[in-house]
Amino acid sequence: MAKATFEVPELSQYIEVPAVTPETMAHSMPFVAKPEFQEPLGFPGELMDDWQQKAIGKMGELLGKYRSLRVYLDACVKCGSCTDKCHYYLGTKDPKNMPVGRQDLMRKVYRRYFTLAGKLFPKLVGAEEFTKEVLDDWYSYYHQCSQCRRCSVFCPYGIDTAEISMAAREIMDSIGVGQKYCNEIIGKVYKIGNNLGLPGPALADTLEGLEEDVYDETGVRVRYPIDEEGAEILLITPSADFFAEPHVDGLIGYGKVFHEAGVSWTLSSYASEAANFGMFIGSYDNMRRVAQRIREAAIQLKVKRIVFGECGHAWRVAYSFLNTLAGPWDFLDPRYPVPQHICEFTYDLIQRGKLTFDKSENDDKVLTYHDSCNVARASRMGDTPGGQFEIPRAIIRATCNHFYDMDEDTIRDRTFCCGGGGGLLTDDLMELRVKGAKPRVEALNNVMQEKAVTHMAAICAICKSQFTKVLPYYGMEMDQIVSLHQLVSNAIVLTGQDTEGDDEDETDEAA
Amino acid sequence: MSFLTMVYAYLYYFAALVLVVGLVYKVVQYARTPAPLKIPTTPAPTTRTGVVFRMTREVVLFESLFRGNKWTWIFGWIFHFGLFLVTLRHLRYFIEPVWLPIKLVQPFGVYGGMAMVVGLVGLWSRRFFVDRVRYISSPSDHLILVLLIAIGCSGLLMRFVFHTDVVAVKSFFLGLYAFDPRPLPSDPILLLHLLLVAILMIVFPYSKLLHAPGLFFSPSRNQVDNPREQRHVAPWAKRLEQE
Ligand code: HEM
Ligand code: HEM
Ligand code: SF4
Ligand code: SF4
Repeated sequence: MAKATFEVPELSQYIEVPAVTPETMAHSMPFVAKPEFQEPLGFPGELMDDWQQKAIGKMGELLGKYRSLRVYLDACVKCGSCTDKCHYYLGTKDPKNMPVGRQDLMRKVYRRYFTLAGKLFPKLVGAEEFTKEVLDDWYSYYHQCSQCRRCSVFCPYGIDTAEISMAAREIMDSIGVGQKYCNEIIGKVYKIGNNLGLPGPALADTLEGLEEDVYDETGVRVRYPIDEEGAEILLITPSADFFAEPHVDGLIGYGKVFHEAGVSWTLSSYASEAANFGMFIGSYDNMRRVAQRIREAAIQLKVKRIVFGECGHAWRVAYSFLNTLAGPWDFLDPRYPVPQHICEFTYDLIQRGKLTFDKSENDDKVLTYHDSCNVARASRMGDTPGGQFEIPRAIIRATCNHFYDMDEDTIRDRTFCCGGGGGLLTDDLMELRVKGAKPRVEALNNVMQEKAVTHMAAICAICKSQFTKVLPYYGMEMDQIVSLHQLVSNAIVLTGQDTEGDDEDETDEAA
Repeated sequence: MSFLTMVYAYLYYFAALVLVVGLVYKVVQYARTPAPLKIPTTPAPTTRTGVVFRMTREVVLFESLFRGNKWTWIFGWIFHFGLFLVTLRHLRYFIEPVWLPIKLVQPFGVYGGMAMVVGLVGLWSRRFFVDRVRYISSPSDHLILVLLIAIGCSGLLMRFVFHTDVVAVKSFFLGLYAFDPRPLPSDPILLLHLLLVAILMIVFPYSKLLHAPGLFFSPSRNQVDNPREQRHVAPWAKRLEQE
């Protein structure tokens, strides 16, 4: 079990709503971005002298640009419905991690400067000046929100705290207080093309290695092409897929699916990243700049379709925002939605009977499935609402014999965040990440006890990385988290693939 | 015209003005502020009609609140439904002739009044007994409940204990339409009831009571889930594209 400098919460049978315990997480703050990470994004390097005035000005600007912010700050009636819905509150007990508590950090400033009641009777309506203490609270608690939208499901007005966190981060960036993790990464995308800073040649190398691995294993030449002009499909996938476990097993799976579908496809070294951290920092400009790279790559490589790999927030940006940010996509094949999710692609082939599976290949596992927040509550797959829940499950059922869902209250649109989303997947927030994972791990633990579940599949790079890191704190194994397309990869029977028995002969012949 | 009648006449002109101008201002502001991105909380309807159904369920049944917290839902719904019946019953003071449905609803309006107070008391008690709700409550959250409970109780007192001359009340309000106020009965409970109602009208556009119009403008509830089919660009975002 990993060493922790903080107390790892104990798992319980049912979700217990903790008693309010103020300030337990006031110390939690991610590293602040140095000027070198701020400036490439168009933000001031450090906290400005007249920051207060600037921040209020920025808030006013955002209030005029985003109806969500305006309505959400006005509409909350403090009904309390959201108070026990955030995994960070459940895991930390800190009332400023209750969604409405988090919103109120901004709402009190909004009321003071933008509403009559707050100007006349600040005490009465809980309005406050924007002081340095308040700013510190903002920095701390707006970086304790993974923008998972669970709160918005249960709010009678759909108030989405994620929108408020995004606005708060945008305001802080605009006065020179940025978060290192997110802003450094966005800089890497501009400079190199992906979050991990993997240059084109390194990618090509890795992909070549994958081709060899798959050939050794199956005797089939499955291709993993990059920068191939004229390919039909451009695959945009999170850069973690290129090397980290269990992500890369997913990438191997996508390649096998494309192979069986008989379509040509390619990755792009210029747009070698599905993630778009511009969303996490609430910056329309940066989000648009990152998204535009995909458009440029699609034009340059003359592809006809765009397919996204397994990544939660990336799919939100892709499904919900890509048309807005980088459309119109009239130069692509109009017979297919733009973009498509790899799960939609695989599911469609399954429906049409184009894929052959040997489910027993996954018999060493008993599976459950983690709905990633951004896929569950901020996007869709397929033609009908809720397809984002049914399609991945249908793929698991087609490729595995043993599958059990976790408790109904913790899946589908009520799913609990992994605890590492929204730009919080950084080691300087480890305590928060471990505590925030509690509700999800609890539900997982329950199906492990009751149904002998051994593995949890996910379709999000952040979820996979987060669980790999966090599960050991709870006494579980890091490899209990698997990619969905890893299951596909295990079970798929490629055309012309060696069968189990003559495995060795054929590799010998080829050698 | 007595001094009292005059004070109340002016009070009501003022309150009505604040309510109408304030609400129109807010609604126009909400409507004019763009929603640059598609952010419906999914699964969401894929058609306009679907959205109308979703909103109707939210307004009439408080669907999301039902999923979130059963106690708040039951008290909240009792309160609002009671308020709705009371409002219908009260229409008789403001229209002449009184429409048949309003006549029929009269007896239910009284039960509505009782339900309203019961719901409000339930909601208020949550603000004391549930630690999370206590933490998020500011004085104004208590005061608005006190205000509504006081309006409800003063109304019920008039209905059951200290009756007032409702015909005179009606003629006072009908007179206001023609800028010719008729005498208002000077029963203290009535005056209290009306004073509190005027306060409610004045604070409405400046308080969380904006949740009523706000709900209809909430992008996470009122947007259609069709971003791949239909390009959605706000005017200010369009300008970025022309650069
Ligand atoms: C479209 C009409 C309306 C809708 C859909 C609506 C909906 C809601 C909902 C869902 C809640 C949260 C649950 C609760 O605490 O009851 C609420 C709270 C509240 N509503 Fe409304 N409402 C509407 C109109 C009004 C009006 C006209 C008033 C006032 C005269 C009002 C006063 C309140 C108050 C005071 C609360 C807070 C209760 C508390 O403190 O817990 N509502 N409303
Ligand atoms: C200018 C507006 C209003 C006027 C002129 C008015 C007048 C009255 C009168 C005359 C009664 C006594 C009815 C009777 O004896 O049968 C009454 C009752 C009542 N009022 Fe009002 N009222 C107004 C607004 C309101 C509002 C906004 C509320 C709620 C928030 C309210 C809640 C009640 C309740 C609960 C009762 C008792 C039940 C009933 O008789 O309907 N009133 N009102
Ligand atoms: S969006 Fe998620 S992390 Fe943020 S406050 Fe809501 S429930 Fe908590
Ligand atoms: S559920 Fe919505 S209205 Fe209720 S307290 Fe939370 S944010 Fe406010």
